[in-house]
Amino acid sequence: MVPTLPAAVKRWFADVGRAIVTTFEGLAVTSSWMFRRPLTIQYPDKIEKPVQEMLPASYRGLLEVDLDRCAGCLLCNRACPIGALQVKVEKNPQTGGREIVQFDIDIGRCMFCGLCSEQCKFGALAHTTHFEAVVDSPDGLVLHFARKPTPVSRHKEGQGPPRRAVGSILPDIVPPCLGRVPWRPKGVAAEPRRPDEPPAPGDVPPAAAPTKPEVS
Amino acid sequence: MNVVHHAADRCIRWAFGVDPAAWPWTWVVEAAFLLLAAAVLLAFVALFAGPVTWVERRVAGRIMSRIGPNRVGPQGSLQWLADGIKCFLKEDLIPDGADRPLFRLAPYLVFGGMFGAFVVLPFGAHLVAADLNVGLLYLLAVTSLVVVGLLMAGWSSRSKWALFGGVRSAAQLVSYEVPAAFALLAVALAAGTLSLQGIVGAQGGWPWDWFVFRNPFLFVAFFLYFTAAIAEGNRTPFDLPEAESELVAGYNVEYSGMRYLFFMFAEWANLWIMSAVATACFLGGWQVPGVPPDRIAAAEGWAFVGGEALSFAIFAAKASALVLLVIQLRWTLPRLRVDQLMITCWKYLVPLAFAVVLGALVLLALVPEGGLADSILRATLVIFGAAVALLYGRRIRQTYLADRDLYRRMEGKDAWYPPYRLP
Repeated sequence: MVPTLPAAVKRWFADVGRAIVTTFEGLAVTSSWMFRRPLTIQYPDKIEKPVQEMLPASYRGLLEVDLDRCAGCLLCNRACPIGALQVKVEKNPQTGGREIVQFDIDIGRCMFCGLCSEQCKFGALAHTTHFEAVVDSPDGLVLHFARKPTPVSRHKEGQGPPRRAVGSILPDIVPPCLGRVPWRPKGVAAEPRRPDEPPAPGDVPPAAAPTKPEVS
Repeated sequence: MNVVHHAADRCIRWAFGVDPAAWPWTWVVEAAFLLLAAAVLLAFVALFAGPVTWVERRVAGRIMSRIGPNRVGPQGSLQWLADGIKCFLKEDLIPDGADRPLFRLAPYLVFGGMFGAFVVLPFGAHLVAADLNVGLLYLLAVTSLVVVGLLMAGWSSRSKWALFGGVRSAAQLVSYEVPAAFALLAVALAAGTLSLQGIVGAQGGWPWDWFVFRNPFLFVAFFLYFTAAIAEGNRTPFDLPEAESELVAGYNVEYSGMRYLFFMFAEWANLWIMSAVATACFLGGWQVPGVPPDRIAAAEGWAFVGGEALSFAIFAAKASALVLLVIQLRWTLPRLRVDQLMITCWKYLVPLAFAVVLGALVLLALVPEGGLADSILRATLVIFGAAVALLYGRRIRQTYLADRDLYRRMEGKDAWYPPYRLP
């Protein structure tokens, strides 16, 4: 429909007026934001405590396993839909006991679904609140938890050695990135390692090249 | 006599002890000095276009309630260097099937068209590379070279996004030349000259001497030119040639490395050109309040240098304020559709531009400069402008206070992610 001439002229001036008023008001709104503090908080160096400590305990971050409690049942291995876990249990010909020879978690594959940690009856496998996993090379994304064959735990459910604090094992496992030692939760001291345990990659001085822990 | 010739003459007198007017080799020294002026201008462009990208990102950050780049150098102020060096080191890719000579040539045309405009920009009382008597005409003509470059880039990339971007930019730039040229024509009529130094000289240092407040039609012409210049500079809300959500990056989507840098360089330098032209034509340019230009010209030695520096500082301050306004507009207004873009130009800006030129002509003929009616007109417009500025400040305060009350209501409520530092 063609509007009448007066209506068209009226509309024309109304449009111009609206353009001026809306631009004016919009500029006033954006100008007012120049005088406010930004909502974003700078990560990681301007926060009061590490984000890991602010996260709820049920947060599904990187997986960690306490081999002292692992019974070698392989339920987690079977539960993983994408094969992010590689657990191998073999019989030691000398002692005749079962030993965990490999416990690898590929965090490049892990989708943090939590199916594996739900299966673990012994509280060995758990999600931490750790999520910073920057590494120098893709190989570093595979976390080797069994650095040497470890005898499987024979305790019943709810017994056995106390679980090491969740999140205290992982910093020793995650390889250091660019010489930076991985994060360790505040107040959680590095647990005394077993004397026969090989040194963790986190202990390598920053100048030296990060060594990949061998899987025996 | 501008600063380049002045310096060349002084140099000849000092080094050879001859009269430059009679000496046959004057042109060699002057050519060398012109090259030097070009180098200085290029350095200025680089030192403007680089940091202003950081300024824009910081302003955008504040408007979006985030911080913006702050890691390279103090407060991130060297971010532009890092970006530039990164672009330098990138591989220069030319897509398969691209029209290679055109593809290589296009960025230089865009850059050349932009850099050519700097020749006539008056930076200070005598700080101008060449004060052409057809300055405005030259400015409009040489910036049209940018269209050729953009169209060339879009066409030669052999990419549908780039082609769309190039064609859009051609349509947009050609359309918006019309209102921009008419707005500047009104200024040329008021000043009686096309030379940019002459236009600045026809104004004065105080706001009521500026052309914006000369008469209501020139007041409208300022906003007309500003809108059209934003469109010609491919800035939001008229950034259709590089609409990210539709065309990825528009005409420069296939470019990388150094050539991409040239496009970006031209785009940011264009920010200065549009602001500088608006300042020179409407906002009194480098005119120092209370100091007539004759006094700067007549000064000798350090007084002359000081006068030049002061005039440059005033010019830079005005232009920078406009640059900030353009940056803020980008983060305020949403992008127009293509049809809306054309409607804005041909149905609103062009008729307005015609009306402005006619009205300015009539008022210039009816109201003689310096008369009582002229003074009343200027005073009314200055008061109107001040009132708008006051209202603007008031609206900013109101918006701020309203939101502060909203945030106060949130205080004390527990949230694991702390939004308590506002505002």
